[in-house]
Amino acid sequence: MSATPTPSRALAPLTREASPPTTPAGQTAPPRISRRPPGIWATVGALLRKELLVELRTLESVPGMSLFAVTTFVVFHFALNQNTVSGDEAAGILWVTLLFAAMLGINRLFVADQDQGGFDAFLLAPVDRSAMLLAKALALLAYLAVLELIAVPAFGLLLLAPPLHQTLPDLLLVLVLADVGIAAIGTLVAALAVQTRARDLLGPLLALPLLVPVVIGAARASSPLLVLTRAGGHVDPSQVRWLATLALYDLVFGLIAYAVFDFLLED
Amino acid sequence: MSSRTFPLEKRSENPEISPQGSLKRELRGFRTDAEHGRGLRALSIATVAAMASALALIFFYAPIEAEEGFLQKIFYLHVPLAIITLCGFVIGGILAIVHLRTRDRRWDLRSYVAIHMSLIFGVGTLITGSIWARGSWGHWWVWSEPTLVSFLIVMLLYATYQPLRFAIEDPERQARYASVFAIVAGAFVPLNFLAVRLSTEYLHPRVLGSSSNLPAPMAFTFLVSLVAMTLLYATLYSYELTAKRTRMLLKARSRILGFQGASTPRTGRAGSSPERAVPAAAPREVATPITTSASAPLRLPCSRRRSPVARTTATWRLPTSCSSRSFWSMWRSWRFG
Repeated sequence: MSATPTPSRALAPLTREASPPTTPAGQTAPPRISRRPPGIWATVGALLRKELLVELRTLESVPGMSLFAVTTFVVFHFALNQNTVSGDEAAGILWVTLLFAAMLGINRLFVADQDQGGFDAFLLAPVDRSAMLLAKALALLAYLAVLELIAVPAFGLLLLAPPLHQTLPDLLLVLVLADVGIAAIGTLVAALAVQTRARDLLGPLLALPLLVPVVIGAARASSPLLVLTRAGGHVDPSQVRWLATLALYDLVFGLIAYAVFDFLLED
Repeated sequence: MSSRTFPLEKRSENPEISPQGSLKRELRGFRTDAEHGRGLRALSIATVAAMASALALIFFYAPIEAEEGFLQKIFYLHVPLAIITLCGFVIGGILAIVHLRTRDRRWDLRSYVAIHMSLIFGVGTLITGSIWARGSWGHWWVWSEPTLVSFLIVMLLYATYQPLRFAIEDPERQARYASVFAIVAGAFVPLNFLAVRLSTEYLHPRVLGSSSNLPAPMAFTFLVSLVAMTLLYATLYSYELTAKRTRMLLKARSRILGFQGASTPRTGRAGSSPERAVPAAAPREVATPITTSASAPLRLPCSRRRSPVARTTATWRLPTSCSSRSFWSMWRSWRFG
């Protein structure tokens, strides 16, 4: 995304890298001195745009996560010595792989902010600090969505015995609910771990036990979808229970993360 | 727990931030700090009495259960241990909430000690539970029992509490982050039990988990044993808290006496990252001008950054406590100087 040269930049080409990008509105009208601080959604939008832009330019997380997931499927094929899997086994492989791939993204989520002063810049701005949590969680959610766009078809292609297209519509709901939980807990844990010395170690150590209920819910909800002979159109009541558990877990940990996240961003 | 304020304790926790106070104020702090061990004796005696009566009831009063026989008596130890452990985790979370609301570091210390004690009790729970499972079900570990599995997950989560805490250099940030962890993990405890309970069919009906449908002698024994375990927890908690405060007092006292090394083990590695060295370095120079000049001629070539006096303080701290906090700090001070 290359910025188009504006007249002010053309006049001062030497300061082009250092000067912050000025909006066209800022050039036509002089900036007002007293402006209201931006609302939380404007802040979240700006931060999310920044996150996605950084990810698009550096390609640090998502390609690595996707490649890791596909490689893990290959490893599972050799480790289990099976060409196709179904049922509980398939659900387990899918969720373990997605969880560990998500862990890679969680580990990298705040590293750039910590190393390059993003936290300081954010704290200097007169905005709500919860915006950081929301924006990071949404960014992680987007990473997970892209990861699953690649990993789930790869799973269907490489390992899954039943055809993917008949399970995908039902699987989608499980994926979304589990992703929300992973994003909420992952953002919180990433913010906790990034300030420590052993951040690459502590992130997974903290996140894995916290995500065990998500794995339980997601794997149990998706394993009846991945069996070979599945009665079409019939909804298992236990599956509804699992989805409800997942949704409850997402809600509770979303609220907890929202409540405690401000304390992680204080200095 | 006395409701006095302890000015010395709050300052001695992070000596690099607090300005050097007058000697008079420090000594006034000593007088209040000397009362820290108050009530410990009565609590200890009550604990010993309760434990003795609980053990006597377990072995001589409670009837032997028909199906499992003598082995069932471990239930009177195991279940109270587990209950106290989980309550301690939740209490640690509540104390952490108080810490974040009041910003008083003493609450963080209490939360830390509560979780620390619960971890020790939790290991005891896992061991007694394994013995019981081996005896009654024939396996050391049973996946189909949801309480066991969720307890293990909770223990795995809390096992990261101390690594997380001591991987953060700045004491204020360490307290804040540990509190955030304690709150999240404290909320995780009941949720996790709910999720795991849903995931497995019950192997055993909850006969042994609740005291409601126990016969009266067994219920009485169980309650006495629960009270004894609670008292044991409270006693160990108080001892650990007193030990920590005493250690801080000793640190502060040796700081007044001019032992430079008394505060170095916690701050010794603060200079490793440049952005943290800036706030830490400036007050420390103000705080220790006398000691550096006094101990400089004494410094041996082999001691790199600490005076010989400091080395002795670090060494005699060894037997004062066997808690993991002091282990980590000692390990760090030995390993990294």
